[in-house]
Amino acid sequence: MKKELGIFAMLVVLCIVVTILNPLFLSGMNLQNTARLVGMFGIFSIGVGIVIITGGIDLSVGSLFALFGVLLSFMLMRWGWPWPLAIAAILLIAIAVGVFHGFLVTKIHLQSFIVTLCGLLFYRGLARYIAEDQTLGFGYCTGFETLQKLTTGQVLGVPMPFVLLIIISFIMWVVLHRSVYGRYLFAVGRNEEAARFSGINTSLVIASSYVVSALMAGFGAILLAFYTNSISPSSHGSFYELYAIAAAVLGGCSLRGGEGSIIGIVIGAALLQVLQNLVNLLGIPSSLNFAVMGTVILIGVITDQILGRRKAKS
Amino acid sequence: MTADRQLLEMQGIDKSFPGVKALDKVDLTVYAGEVVALIGENGAGKSTLMNILGGVLQQDSGTIKIEGQPVVIKNVSDAIKLGIGFIHQELNILDNLSIAGNIFLGREPTRLGPLRIINRKRMWAETEPYLKQLGLNLPPKTILSQMSIAQQQMVEVAKALSLNARLLIMDEPTSSLTLTETKKLFDVIRQLRSSGVSIIYISHRLSEVKECADRVVGLRDGANVGSLERDKITHDNMVRLMIGRKLEDFFVSPKAQAKDDYFRVSDLATQRYPHHKITFEASRGEILGFAGLVGAGRTEMAHAIFGVDTTTGGSVSIAGEKLRIRCAGDAIENGIYLIPEDRRKSGLITDMTFRENITLPDLNSYTILGLIQRSRETGVAEKQCEKLKMKLTSVETLVKNLSGGNQQKVVLAKWLALKPKVVIFDEPTRGIDVGSKAEIYHLMRNLADSGVVIVMISSDMEEILGVSDRIAVMHEGQITGILTRDKFEEEAVIRLAVGQTNWAGNKDN
Repeated sequence: MKKELGIFAMLVVLCIVVTILNPLFLSGMNLQNTARLVGMFGIFSIGVGIVIITGGIDLSVGSLFALFGVLLSFMLMRWGWPWPLAIAAILLIAIAVGVFHGFLVTKIHLQSFIVTLCGLLFYRGLARYIAEDQTLGFGYCTGFETLQKLTTGQVLGVPMPFVLLIIISFIMWVVLHRSVYGRYLFAVGRNEEAARFSGINTSLVIASSYVVSALMAGFGAILLAFYTNSISPSSHGSFYELYAIAAAVLGGCSLRGGEGSIIGIVIGAALLQVLQNLVNLLGIPSSLNFAVMGTVILIGVITDQILGRRKAKS
Repeated sequence: MTADRQLLEMQGIDKSFPGVKALDKVDLTVYAGEVVALIGENGAGKSTLMNILGGVLQQDSGTIKIEGQPVVIKNVSDAIKLGIGFIHQELNILDNLSIAGNIFLGREPTRLGPLRIINRKRMWAETEPYLKQLGLNLPPKTILSQMSIAQQQMVEVAKALSLNARLLIMDEPTSSLTLTETKKLFDVIRQLRSSGVSIIYISHRLSEVKECADRVVGLRDGANVGSLERDKITHDNMVRLMIGRKLEDFFVSPKAQAKDDYFRVSDLATQRYPHHKITFEASRGEILGFAGLVGAGRTEMAHAIFGVDTTTGGSVSIAGEKLRIRCAGDAIENGIYLIPEDRRKSGLITDMTFRENITLPDLNSYTILGLIQRSRETGVAEKQCEKLKMKLTSVETLVKNLSGGNQQKVVLAKWLALKPKVVIFDEPTRGIDVGSKAEIYHLMRNLADSGVVIVMISSDMEEILGVSDRIAVMHEGQITGILTRDKFEEEAVIRLAVGQTNWAGNKDN
């Protein structure tokens, strides 16, 4: 809980600083847009965070956005599938991808970094090949306006992605912090062997975390595709896996596994988006975008480390 | 055998940690060519004292003299310069380097001037004599990962000797050695002693202390509690020194139990010895000891029964009913529990709390609608804590902050919260102090008396002979003999352990 408070304080301070420097930050338009982005990034960061808690890593989500985006556009625009079928198909494919990753990690005993790095390359390549490197979109969404509303609309002024994030993070909070499965995730992340010796099916628990991650990537991909309404397969979602990892780490997940919380991950994701927003609002050259983010993440982690060490001493 | 030349004199050593007085005016004298055993329960201050001598810690007050000269040991390299070598329980080696590479680590002979290319030939040549002295017949370029633990330990000794060590500190050197390797280590100790090297030997295994020490120095709660000269070193005297009273019933004798062959293992073959089959029966109320050399396949057998390793054949049955065990979960469901050899690695999740560890194997029974009821967890954890007489500030204590003895009790507590039928203990008291050992033996016996089958794997001869009702001895994946209590004898166990099944004293086998 201490860690979450720290990052939350950092988020509040950042918001105040941005507001002072540019009051436009608090404009309805800007808040809505930021909330939309926080929603999208929060959802798939939770998935990646779950994998990190088991002691693994998932680098494939960014490329999955491109692949799922391309497939979704094909299904809806080219093949004219009814939208519920298309959504179901995307989520099923996502689950299949997760099962595949989990299988490679737990049964073939490959390191998750390698498995998902290959995924990162493969899915991106596949997306570009399928789309023939053409930028795709959904035009005016004729025939699936409902889906468009569901993904880009708003409820009482709150953008849909943010509403979905609230729902998903509540469900995942219960799963991670209150259910048997959640306890097993932490146990496996801290000491897989002891967990196995306690009768836990560790392979299943670990493999399932990749399914959760891919599924969250599926949700995120649908939201992102409609948000941009323009999917250029070579750049769509690229580097997004790193946003997720950064959010998880800022939110208190340890890359060694066994540590982390849903609230922390969500606040971490929010912090990154506010930072992004800061770069835009303050007129910092957008080429400096990544440099700013890298610096802030580094400061956050260093502060945490120093405070943690001082706490351990006292 | 001891010369009268004083090598080391530590006087009035004080050391405090926040909230604890670890050492209170402790004295320790070691003569040249003397083997001094330092004994005491965990937390008695042995490690603190040795860490001060080895330069890892510094005393708050008190003096250290080497050959009569006062010295200041500020760090490990000071200690090394003074000829003090420290062989830690966890070996300090790099197992990806060769013997010579380890011995000369950080001071490799070089050639070609500023290029500092390692002069491997010279390194090998200079390593050779130490290996010969220690009876290690391996080429100096052997990589350590290909050697046994005992051999790796000898490399550490060789390294200390190459640094001109006059005083060797050995902390629990035999904890992962086999019986034969232990005997070999004692030969080396004797030989070092006769060449004038002094040794401070720390061990919980009193029979070993009896065998190799010239003098025993006891510590209790950070203070000297006296010493024993060679002819006074007996098991009873040492226990009295350590815990301040006589351990009346260290081992609990069994009650006569009816033989019911409740638990049966037939033709079990492990991955390591796929062609050797293990068959045995054990009755309720019985403690069946498993003796043997390290590598005899006992742990593999336990893992196979418990379902964490795959078997290549055979079956396990309880009360005549064959069980299907494919993973630890299956074994647990059938009431078969394992208390593994390495509790920190496989028995506990040390970063989790006492409560979380206790409920882990049976978490589903603490749930309503899939959600864990924390209050019920706390209730069970508190009950177990009380049952095993553990003094914890709260059940939310992280397991890593507990002592070795208490950690072992946590592993026990986690199984005792369920319904045990068969409990397999793998090296139940390794690295645990005498007081906690007695408690664990009591717990085992009580468990047996309540109708549980106990299988105990142990490499500690005293323990195997003192605790077991019957002893099964294994050699290379097979049971070479099962001894009943009237046949208990150290020699019989050792002969069976090395695979000798027919000798004069074993006619009726």
